[in-house]
Amino acid sequence: VRKLLSIVFKGAAAVVSARTYADFTNEATFEIKKCDTFKLDEGPATQVVMTRDEGLQYYRTMQTMRRMELKADQLYKQKIIRGFCHLYDGQEACAVGIEAAINLSDHLITAYRAHGYTYTRGGTVKKIMAELTGRRGGIAKGKGGSMHMYCKHFYGGNGIVGAQVPLGAGVALACKYQGNSELCVCLYGDGAANQGQIFETYNMAALWKLPVIFICENNGYGMGTSVERAAASTDYFKRGEFIPGVRVDGMDVLCVREASRFAADYCRSGKGPILMELQTYRYHGHSMSDPGVSYRTREEIQEVRSKSDPISMLKDRMLSNNMASVEELKEIDVEVRKEIEDAAQFATTDPEPPLEDLCNHIFHNNPPLEVRGTNPWSKLKSVS
Amino acid sequence: MLPYSGSVSLVSSFLFPPLQFVPPPNRSDWLCVVTPSVRRVTRSSDWSKSRRFPTGLAHSPAEDSLKMAASLRCFLRSGKKAVSALGQREFHRSAPAAAQVTVRDALNQAMDEELERDERVFLLGEEVAQYDGAYKVSRGLWKKYGDKRIIDTPISEMGFAGIAVGAAMAGLRPICEFMTFNFSMQAIDQVINSAAKTCYMSAGLQAVPIVFRGPNGASAGVAAQHSQCFAAWYAHCPGLKVVSPWNSEDAKGLLKSSIRDDNPVVFLENELLYGVPFEMSEEAQSKDFTIPIGKAKVERAGSHITLVSHSRYVGHCLDAAAVLAKEGIECEVINLRTIRPMDVESIEASVMKTNHLVTVEGGWPQFGVGAEICARIMEGSAFNYLDSPVTRVTGVDIPMPYAKILEDHSLPQIKDIIFSLHNLVLIIVRNGNYSFVFAEFLICPYLAATKPNLH
Repeated sequence: VRKLLSIVFKGAAAVVSARTYADFTNEATFEIKKCDTFKLDEGPATQVVMTRDEGLQYYRTMQTMRRMELKADQLYKQKIIRGFCHLYDGQEACAVGIEAAINLSDHLITAYRAHGYTYTRGGTVKKIMAELTGRRGGIAKGKGGSMHMYCKHFYGGNGIVGAQVPLGAGVALACKYQGNSELCVCLYGDGAANQGQIFETYNMAALWKLPVIFICENNGYGMGTSVERAAASTDYFKRGEFIPGVRVDGMDVLCVREASRFAADYCRSGKGPILMELQTYRYHGHSMSDPGVSYRTREEIQEVRSKSDPISMLKDRMLSNNMASVEELKEIDVEVRKEIEDAAQFATTDPEPPLEDLCNHIFHNNPPLEVRGTNPWSKLKSVS
Repeated sequence: MLPYSGSVSLVSSFLFPPLQFVPPPNRSDWLCVVTPSVRRVTRSSDWSKSRRFPTGLAHSPAEDSLKMAASLRCFLRSGKKAVSALGQREFHRSAPAAAQVTVRDALNQAMDEELERDERVFLLGEEVAQYDGAYKVSRGLWKKYGDKRIIDTPISEMGFAGIAVGAAMAGLRPICEFMTFNFSMQAIDQVINSAAKTCYMSAGLQAVPIVFRGPNGASAGVAAQHSQCFAAWYAHCPGLKVVSPWNSEDAKGLLKSSIRDDNPVVFLENELLYGVPFEMSEEAQSKDFTIPIGKAKVERAGSHITLVSHSRYVGHCLDAAAVLAKEGIECEVINLRTIRPMDVESIEASVMKTNHLVTVEGGWPQFGVGAEICARIMEGSAFNYLDSPVTRVTGVDIPMPYAKILEDHSLPQIKDIIFSLHNLVLIIVRNGNYSFVFAEFLICPYLAATKPNLH
């Protein structure tokens, strides 16, 4: 009997592993949270369709971002990454959802919590991590660091809170000027939302009908200050006053994607700017020098992690709708882990930039010039 | 090469009886020497009240050169279409190849030509479009190019400067006008952190081809908050080019170069110069006339003293040089044109020739353009050629007052430039008239005779 049972079980196992991908549901419809709207007659759709491929891609991207940020955390604690390191884990759905709704030919600009966006905009994990460790293989050759990473149609990585918002509107002005139907996604946080230059930008963007999507990533805390202590009005999606707004569940990648699609359509139709508030959460503190528990409780962080983690939510959705198997997702996890390990290995072993590079790239397209060193007779060479 | 001579207060020497020549005990302590031709007089009080050089100077026999100097000053300083003392055409049979063009028109021409040449160039700022420009510098451009390329902005310097920088990042070539550079302080974060540093931070991936332009420095009667000179502030920062033109040719050539440059350029104009006409050669009037950024110009060659300046004070230096030239003191006047990168080589070459240096600027003295020139000359090879310390003539170290008499005394005047040379030049006062003698001619006449004449 035991022999028989073992044959049956082995057979069953064989049957299970022989299940082809054709057995998975190719696409499914999901019900997502309704978005609050401001000055809009209708909001984004509440019934969305996601295909299996899309789901796997979102899962892989979010998992890569999560692992990359956790690896950066590790490297920072080992003092291999220095200075500022603002981690994005918990907010992956925002970056992935937005990118799913726009094209690579569109433009995006954000603040300093930018590693995730650098990845979705086309940077490789290797180059991002090498930039964090300040090596010559970094995306900015080690000259920029965590806050100054650039890609095609990705304008950083900006260190000054709120300064990226007028820049984003300027990029949108260029899109409108050049007559391509590109738009600019311009991100800022709940802390930056109180900056004066953002209101100046709202005014000009609305006045000139610039194709810009303003997105406020509200993760509840501006450094150590909760939104209730910083803002007289925490309805960030209404702050545009004369700009229509949408409040979106930023932990649900499909919600973010749908709202971004809605916003992109609005912009591309020439109606002008639109504002989105993504309600999201960051697990880490403001930066690596902030433990993140002095202004919020560990229970709160744990609650969000267990109830609204974006990767878990997507995973549950896919598994419950038979869009993927546990093994498949585990396989993706293993691949991602390996990719991150390889990138970390590269980032720690790649040499630092050469000293000859110290004064280069001050100007663009400029004849070589001499730069004064630390003393008058030290004349350093600078090429563009 | 003369060793460094200590500062000698020659004016005060007039209070004492004429001195005999005594060989100096050590080289760092020279006594003044007075020749028999000097008579002791009291200083005229008229001089300190008047900014204009008193006419009827009896000392010099070269009366016509005085007239020339006076009319030259008139020509350079007045806003009216003064007749050139250098040559008046009585019959206009053919259009003159050179033309009188105001700085305002030169800037307008430069922008017009660049807007026409490159589709990506556009102008934004307060009142630049329908108002024709707060100082009418962009007159006619909106009519010609329309709303898309000449954009009126609301009063949001930080916002529109950031928008201009973003547009530059995305491939356009904006000209961002600040109504005056005082207002650029509102937007200075965008100029420095978003524009100047980006090319470096991105290791050359992200260029920012933008020009920030507008009037800089003191105007007339606009008081403290509207009169600051920002040359030193912006020139401090790597990643920026800072340009400060003086005459129409400078204005046009440098603005065109700035617009064609792929890097952020801060273009410091001067409101008082807008209406001043200067002669522009035919070459300067052509559509492709550019002046390279980073090269100074020797406006007037000389062999005795070097005067270095930028913007409006180049004119003051030339006036001072004209006054001193009557006495045979030939000043070399250098127009910096570009503050950053500064053409120190030109200044050094001049100092090696003249051995004396005076810097003239409208900004405050501390940490200013003159201070930088002093430091660079001291650090470089020209230090060994200096016969006296560099003198800085600057604005007075105060916020700009309003009352005319106070305002006049807060900025360098021609007399200040001349009197700043008191350790080099004997200032002789006779019957209320001033004349000047280069001290080296008296103390070491044989050296003066052997000095090369490089006119």
